[in-house]
Order: sequence, then C-alpha cells, then structure tokens
Amino acid sequence: MTAPPIEIRDLHKYFGELEVLRGISTTIRHGEVVCLLGPSGSGKSTLLRCVNRLEEPTSGSILIEGEDITSEDADVDGLRTRIGMVFQQFNLFPHLTVLRNLRIAQRKVLRRDTDEATKIAEEMLARVGLSDKIDEHPSRLSGGQQQRVAIARALCMNPDMMLFDEPTSALDPELIGEVLDVMRELAEAGMTMLVVTHEMGFALQVADRVIFMDEGVIVEEGPPREVLRNPQHQRTKKFLRAIEIE
Amino acid sequence: MYGLLVLVAIALIFFADWEQIGESFFNVEIMRDMFPEVVTIAARNTIVYTALAFALGMIWALALALMKLSSVRPYRWFAMGYIELFRGLPALITIILVGFGLPLAFGWRIPGGTLGKGAIGLGIVAAAYMAETIRAGIQAVPRGQMEAARSLGMSPGTAMTYIILPQAFRIIIPPLTNELVLLIKDTSLLFVLGSTPQSKELTKFARDVMAAKVNATPLTVVAVMYLIITLPLTYLVRRLERKAEAEKR
Ligand SMILES: Nc1ncnc2c1ncn2[C@@H]1O[C@H](COP(=O)(O)OP(=O)(O)OP(=O)(O)O)[C@@H](O)[C@H]1O
Ligand SMILES: [Mg+2]
Repeated sequence: MTAPPIEIRDLHKYFGELEVLRGISTTIRHGEVVCLLGPSGSGKSTLLRCVNRLEEPTSGSILIEGEDITSEDADVDGLRTRIGMVFQQFNLFPHLTVLRNLRIAQRKVLRRDTDEATKIAEEMLARVGLSDKIDEHPSRLSGGQQQRVAIARALCMNPDMMLFDEPTSALDPELIGEVLDVMRELAEAGMTMLVVTHEMGFALQVADRVIFMDEGVIVEEGPPREVLRNPQHQRTKKFLRAIEIE
Repeated sequence: MYGLLVLVAIALIFFADWEQIGESFFNVEIMRDMFPEVVTIAARNTIVYTALAFALGMIWALALALMKLSSVRPYRWFAMGYIELFRGLPALITIILVGFGLPLAFGWRIPGGTLGKGAIGLGIVAAAYMAETIRAGIQAVPRGQMEAARSLGMSPGTAMTYIILPQAFRIIIPPLTNELVLLIKDTSLLFVLGSTPQSKELTKFARDVMAAKVNATPLTVVAVMYLIITLPLTYLVRRLERKAEAEKR
C-alpha cells in the first residue's frame, strides 16, 4: 500500500488561550477502525474536525493519503470529498427529500449527472436498509433512520475514509443498534474509520485499536481488549469506571 | 367605557354634516370618471414600481447580508454603514437623491424615467431593511448545516446557494412579505419625481384628480385600491406565520 489514509504529527490546537489539543501524533492504517474515547472536553471532536479542516490546526501537520492538508494551498474541498463525516446531530438537509440529500453533493461537487447520482443514491440507501424512504423528508424519519441516511449520504461521495463524531449519542437507546449495525458492516467491508463513541460494545467488537484521550493528549492506545479490559493508566481506569456506572 | 363610545356615535350621527361628507368623499360621478384609468394606469404602475423595487432591493439586500456576514472586515463595515444610513434617512430623501441629486451632481440620469428612478430609489431603501432580515434568516439556519455541506466537499458558495439560503428564505418569508407591503405603500412617495399621465401611481393619480375636481373622493377610491392590494398580502403573512408556528411544534 501507499501512504496511510491519516497521519497526524504533533497536532496542536488552540481556541484563543485554551490549548485543546496538545501534541497529538498517530497514524491510521488503511482499513483500520479506530475508536476514540475520552471524557467530555478532552478534545475528541476537535481532533476529528481538524482531520477534515472544519477546524484549523494551530500547528503540526495532518497528512491525508500522504498529502499535507494543513498547508495554505491545500485543496480543502477536494480533500473533504475523500473523507466522509457523520455528526452527532445527523445534520441532514431538512428542505430536501432523502434522495436529494444523497444527490446534491454528487451533482454539485462531483458533477455526476442526475441518472448516475440517483443510481448511486439508491445503492447506498439500500446499503443502509432504507430504500423505502427515498422520497421522505428527513423530519418524517426516526433518529436512527436519519443517522443511517446521513451515513448513506457520506458514502455517496465514495470516500476513502469516514469520521464519526458520537453518531449514536443523540439517539434513543432502542435506535442505537441499527446505526451500529450499519457501521459494523461498513467496517467489515474494509472502510477506514475514525469513530468517537461511548459504545464500549462496539469498540470491543469492531475496533482494531482504541485511543484514549484526556486533556488534549493521547493517554493510552492499543487493541480494544487491552485498553478496555486492562487499562494501564489511572485516568483511563477512572474514565472506564465512570462509563460503566452510567 | 362603552357608554362613551355610544355618546360619541350619537353625537356623530346628529351633528355631522352627512351631506357634506357624502359629497366630499363619495361623489359617484367622480368615482365613475376615475375608471378605468385608476386601475389600468395607477394601480398597475403601483404594482410595477413595487415589483421592480422589490426585485432590485432583494438582490442588493442579499449581497449586503452576505457582506455583513463576511469574514472580510471592509465588506462588513460597508454593509453596516449602508444599512444604518438608509434605514436612518427618510425614504423620501433617498428618492429625491436618486431622482434629482445624482443628475445634478454627476450630470447623468437614471434611465427608465419614473420607473427607473423610482425603482432604484425605493430599492436602495428596501435593500437596507431586507438585508437585516436576510442576515437574520441565514443566521437562524443551524451551524451544522453549513458544516455538513462543507464536509461533503461543497464550496462556501455552493453550500450557501443550495443548503443555507433555501432554508433561510423559508424562515423569512413572513417578514419579507411584510416588507413588500411597506414597499407598496412607499411607492406613494414617488410623486416627488413628477410624472407623465402614463407614469402616475395611485397616490399621484388621486392628488391630480383631487386638484382638478376640488373634491376628496379620489382618496376614497385609491384607499380602497391600496387595501385591495395589501390586505391579501397581510392575510398571507398571518397564515404563513401561523403555519411556521405550527411546524415548530
Ligand atoms: N469553537 C470553539 N471555540 C472555543 N472553544 C471550543 C470550541 N470548540 C470546542 N471548544 C473547547 O475545546 C474543548 C474540547 O472540545 P471538544 O468538543 O473537542 O471535546 P470533546 O472531547 O469532543 O467533548 P464531548 O465529549 O463533550 O463532545 C472544550 O473545552 C470546548 O469547550
Ligand atoms: Mg465532541
């Protein structure tokens, strides 16, 4: 294989005086599924959002497939088509039907014609098991269905990797499973995934690696069984205990 | 409370000069004389001036709103200055400025006669008000929408055009319709530009008939005309607002 999908080198991010990321370095390999854990405010979202430049890193570099995206003249829009992103709040476009949600970026960014875009949209919708909702508006779908549509929308761009920021945190407990199932299938199909989640079951079963972050640094990382079952650091232990009690 | 009302009503009925009032405001002959021109010329012109001013104002307002939200400071300053200036001035001053001030100062006239000058003058003013409405609409669209659009690779312009603005406009249809109603009424200021028989709008038309006949009946006629145009719109606004309210729940 060529360059790794994501390589992060000594990444720092300040919001004003506040240093939110304090020197993050890690490499995500092709087809790897990495779960990012950590207490609230530890900088997980910020790290994820730096990877597709929704936030500007303050210093350090991020290489996507070998290409430094932190440089001034990086093609940010082109970069983002290669990185799918799924948000906690779904962020479907409420004024568009499901089909149009899935088609709009294909049409306006990738310049696919309507027929091709429709075909791909139908394909991806089938993949998340929602073919029958193609003409619905997002507001008529359950949270779980909306999140699956959001995943399908990202997949329509044929991304090489996917970022998930707490994709199930806004969902009622009974709807979490259907979203995790879709993500598991995606992982099995070989997608490179960086997932912020509090779902320990998912991390244990699906992740190749778990990264535990606290206060803007990586405290501990490794195979999920080791990090989750036998954490080495006090902070990791404390966090896992807190999650379990919850 | 009602007692007072009844007293006033009784006083009016007994002491008002009803013949005089009828003759001054409801002279059937004068009414008849005003037709069909009051519709085919005056009302038509009012609507045409309004439509053109609204269209110009809307485009310009959108540009101003985007400038006000821009990260480029001079754009923001310009938009802010513009909006404060033209909301602060009487619309009449702006219209006179466009109609007479600019030709005097620069020696060129805005083409299109009253229509051109009037629509541009009113459009300049309307844009200042509508820019604030549009800006508020854009800011009412959740931040996540822009982020989702950008994360799919859309440029800021594409995201604005296809994702943000359609949602923003949906939010601001009621206040924009309100501004349209205000604009309809403001076309009455265009009398200052002078007019040919073909370019009179409702108010100018009424004033000229009033002067010729020394009678107030034309006012009654055009008042009804204005209401025929504006009432359906205000009704529409109320329905849209109620619908938006219902959707929120
Ligand atoms: N745009 C911003 N401006 C200022 N501060 C910010 C901004 N975004 C995040 N922060 C701060 O940065 C810190 C890290 O935030 P971040 O959202 O990355 O944490 P997180 O690990 O994702 O937390 P959570 O589990 O609550 O989502 C927090 O203290 C937060 O208040
Ligand atoms: Mg977060």
